[in-house]
Amino acid sequence: MEFFYTIYNETYKILLLLIPILVSVALIVWFDRRVWGFVQKRKGPNVVGPFGLFQTVADALKYIFKEIIIPASANKAVFILAPIVTMTLALSAWAVIPLSERIIISDINVGILYIFAISSLGVYGIIMGGWASNSKYPFLGAIRSAAQMVSYEVSIGIIIINVLLCVGSLNLKDIVLAQEKLWFVIPLFPMFVIFFISALAETNRPPFDLPEAEAELVAGYQTEYSGMMYAMFWLGEYANILLLCALGSILFLGGWLSPIDIYPFNIIPGVFWMIFKILLLFFMFAIIKAIVPRYRYDQLMRLGWKVFLPFSLLYVVFTASFLVYFDLLPK
Amino acid sequence: MKLNRFFKIIFLSEFVKAIVIAIKEIFKKKKTINYPFEKGSISPRFRGEHALRRYPDGEERCIACKLCEAVCPAQAITIENEERPDGSRKTTRYDIDMIKCIYCGLCEESCPVDAIVQGPNFEFSTETREELYYNKEKLLENGDRWESVLAENIKLDKPYR
Repeated sequence: MEFFYTIYNETYKILLLLIPILVSVALIVWFDRRVWGFVQKRKGPNVVGPFGLFQTVADALKYIFKEIIIPASANKAVFILAPIVTMTLALSAWAVIPLSERIIISDINVGILYIFAISSLGVYGIIMGGWASNSKYPFLGAIRSAAQMVSYEVSIGIIIINVLLCVGSLNLKDIVLAQEKLWFVIPLFPMFVIFFISALAETNRPPFDLPEAEAELVAGYQTEYSGMMYAMFWLGEYANILLLCALGSILFLGGWLSPIDIYPFNIIPGVFWMIFKILLLFFMFAIIKAIVPRYRYDQLMRLGWKVFLPFSLLYVVFTASFLVYFDLLPK
Repeated sequence: MKLNRFFKIIFLSEFVKAIVIAIKEIFKKKKTINYPFEKGSISPRFRGEHALRRYPDGEERCIACKLCEAVCPAQAITIENEERPDGSRKTTRYDIDMIKCIYCGLCEESCPVDAIVQGPNFEFSTETREELYYNKEKLLENGDRWESVLAENIKLDKPYR
């Protein structure tokens, strides 16, 4: 009986997190398209529901009722597995993200390592999809995407080390609580900028959307996918974007903490601040999508390995020496 | 100069400027319209769907002179005519192949009695090809439907003819 009760309890908790995430992914896709349209002086999707809010729901319904086409020469099992892997990994990383002091599924001590491990695995979904399609464009797109994600994960890892040096804990809650006096975005501002740009590369957003560069590769690794499988890729992608926005706000923008600890601000529940910060970061993602042209592949690699990696390594040394010299190391 | 460029790159000043411009653009007036619900303005000279007009007493204007048939560069118009008992020459057949038509407006220009005109309607897509082979009834029906707009457009365009 105890066992069933635990299962019931956990399922309840997971659904309570997953459903809002799926809904917010739908809303964020709408928000993305809308911002993109507004910057280009278009109206964007505004027909389905109030302000076009249900546009994504309509799109998802369309995808559900579409036929799933599996190419004859594709590796069937891997082909089907790829979108499932992408989406599952993107959603499972949310388990450790604290939306406020109490809203968190599992408060593990190595939260940041868990997120890092899961997001590294994310590249498998793309490689599997590209390889199993057994077609030229998906294969090229998958290779590009794998190289890109691997190189930018290195710099994200080193940026995270900077934050961890200041916190002294891998627990995401501790990271947020360490920012009670000063958000890390102020002392670590260059790292925040590099984190943001690496996050763009990590999630294959413009200007780093080489894996799905439509002018060169049709749609990259998604070329052969249709129907619900395509929608799952796309869900996973946006869930990943949201995850990195959440991570950015936890690491640098003080998570659920209010910006100033005075009366009208500190009575607003933490969840709202967290959601507001995620939305702010996502707004930047959307704006960047509207203003930048696509990077060339060699430029992308140069930026990752020759600029970000050495710079963030130097900054780690700088942060560490600063903390040691002024005796500020977390106890 | 080099130092200037270096600082520009380090502080991402171009990006910051671009973001500021993008945010300004968000609040500007939109250039697009909600198409099926609101429509853009159309010039009186707009060359859309064809129509055959009638005189106010209901008699059709076309006198079967076949100038439009002759001038049509796509040869989309087919006309057959006969003499009526009252001695007037009228068409028995007036077909326009809307698929062949290139919407150049020469038929309208060549018509001496303003019978064949191109109206403001551009939303006449069909599901089958056959529906786009317009015959005389269809064209006259169009004329009846759009008459007020057509007359107004011809009046507006008169000074430039």
